[in-house]
Amino acid sequence: MSTLLSVNKLETFRSHLNKTKIGFSNGILENAESFLNQTDFPTTKVEDWKYTRLNKISGIQPSNDTTLDTDVILDYDLGKETFKFIFQNGVLCSSSDANLPEGLTILPLEDCTQEQLASIPYQDNNELFVALNTFYCSSGLYIEVKKNTVVNKTIHIHHIVSGENMVNHVKHFINCGTSSNCNIILTFISGEAKNCMSNVLTNVVVGENAKLNIDKLQLENDGNYGVFNELTEIYANANFTLNTITLGGTLIRNNVHAEIKGQNVECNLNGAYLLKGSAHVDNHTLIEHQVPNCNSNELYKGVMDDKSTGVFNGKVIVHKDAQKTNAFQSNANVLLSKDATINTKPELEIYADDVKCSHGSTTGQLDENAIFYLRARGVSEASARQLLVQAFIEDVLEKIEDENVVNCIHNELSERLGWSFN
Amino acid sequence: MLTIKNLHASINGKEILKGLNLEVKAGEVHAIMGPNGAGKSTLASVLAGKEDYEITEGSVTFDGKDLLDLETEDRAREGLFLAFQYPVEIPGVSNVNFLRTAINEIREYRGEEAISAKDFMALVREKSALVELDSKLATRSVNEGFSGGEKKRNEIFQMAMLEPKLAILDETDSGLDIDALRIVANGVNKLKSPKNATVVITHYQRLLDYIVPDVVHVLYDGKIVKSGPKELALELEEKGYDWIKSEVEAG
Repeated sequence: MSTLLSVNKLETFRSHLNKTKIGFSNGILENAESFLNQTDFPTTKVEDWKYTRLNKISGIQPSNDTTLDTDVILDYDLGKETFKFIFQNGVLCSSSDANLPEGLTILPLEDCTQEQLASIPYQDNNELFVALNTFYCSSGLYIEVKKNTVVNKTIHIHHIVSGENMVNHVKHFINCGTSSNCNIILTFISGEAKNCMSNVLTNVVVGENAKLNIDKLQLENDGNYGVFNELTEIYANANFTLNTITLGGTLIRNNVHAEIKGQNVECNLNGAYLLKGSAHVDNHTLIEHQVPNCNSNELYKGVMDDKSTGVFNGKVIVHKDAQKTNAFQSNANVLLSKDATINTKPELEIYADDVKCSHGSTTGQLDENAIFYLRARGVSEASARQLLVQAFIEDVLEKIEDENVVNCIHNELSERLGWSFN
Repeated sequence: MLTIKNLHASINGKEILKGLNLEVKAGEVHAIMGPNGAGKSTLASVLAGKEDYEITEGSVTFDGKDLLDLETEDRAREGLFLAFQYPVEIPGVSNVNFLRTAINEIREYRGEEAISAKDFMALVREKSALVELDSKLATRSVNEGFSGGEKKRNEIFQMAMLEPKLAILDETDSGLDIDALRIVANGVNKLKSPKNATVVITHYQRLLDYIVPDVVHVLYDGKIVKSGPKELALELEEKGYDWIKSEVEAG
């Protein structure tokens, strides 16, 4: 007779991790822990994880090695001056030494007061990676932009993983006060790292009449994994834009949750994913219109080559009172190879009766007639395909206002895909 | 310049070209006419290198080179140009952007320097004026939202930009009103030189009032069955193609 033992993978995974030293309140940590104690990694039977298997992440034996590889190039040059902060394996290892302007506070979470930590919203830890992020958080930034403050220089937060089997949990909090204005760039690279996992959670509050733009460049390499949560509350008359560009990673999951809590908000979520090899990138977005008279625009475009897989699940909920909502969502995909896959699911839930909403999803291949036409003019087949893919993805890239960011993306594309830009 | 010998081509196992012969010399304008289904557009596609067609027999020599051995882009780089019957709309790819890519790849193939941005824009201005193409259209996405006439003018604009040795105009006149036809024909005539040649494929004689051919060929059932001076076009216009058919069938 054999005994069937149910092995809890999460328990094994957690046994290698160290509990956070950040001074979150006991209540929050207890919540997170009790949730973690009674759950496991979700399987593909769970709707939210239907197309993304987590066994690569659950199979990691997180390393206890806390020494940081000093050979790693820490910098990521955006080609302009920024307030720059660099995290290596979840440890803040470089801080912009420039004097921050008045009205801007940036602190590592380790140095935050209880009061500051308590101001972080979303303390609902009933989601696995949110709970893990809280309970095992190693560091992160507390960014506070005070009322009426216009931050003229971009804040650049760069994340590097190095080594093998390194798992990091980083939590940022970006709090934009009333009528403030701020641009933030998040970059993620994994260089030579192997089998590493990043769990980065960014809590965002966009206060009344504030404007916040976040450009997120995910430049992970094969063999590394990441789960990214951006949880945002947006208040009246505010403008929030999040551009997510993903160019690699064996398993990348983005969860974007935007709660629109005040009227006359504009919320823009844009994403581009250009994948090859065996990259797997999953974008889950949720926009909640809770009040009337707000606009949300969502444009995600993907190009999948080789055996790569894209997942898009975009949900827009228009609550009962959210009349006069304009919510537009579009997801378009191009498959460049027979072995590439896209799973796309746009969802719209409307409980109000006076709204304008649309959603759509397309998947196709490059137009062979267009390729022939371009070749008949003397353009090589490779250039013709590049021109078409570029044209396809350009809609998303042109939403990015920062030229330096666009240049960085072009450089990455020429390195990764051999594209040239003239 | 172009020598086609006994060309046989089929698509999905169906033979369309059944032993076509044609000789075009530099400085000449040839017209190829024929009823629907004779193989006119197949000939244009085969010469441009469309992969849907299978060449089962015959040869095509272009300027001393085996044309059928070359990739589509290399045919263009050697100086062959096809003005499409149905120009393709390519959203997001700007006319000038792709033309600069094309010109530079052609120059690279020929071992020449890339064109400077300044010279390129001057060329765009000069050549778009030639076909009275609004310079705004030149910077827009390839053919996207263009009217039928604008699409055809854009084909001739591209031809002017690329300065081919041999241009094949596939039904460039179809669907054009008389003004557009005049503009397109003027463009073609201005580009004519003793060093290049033009093959005009058409269903209607009308175009040949504007682009005067040296030779008119009748393509029927996959072969050139009759060739003659420009007056042959008028005869075809007047009498239709039935007499050709009965002539061929009578052997």
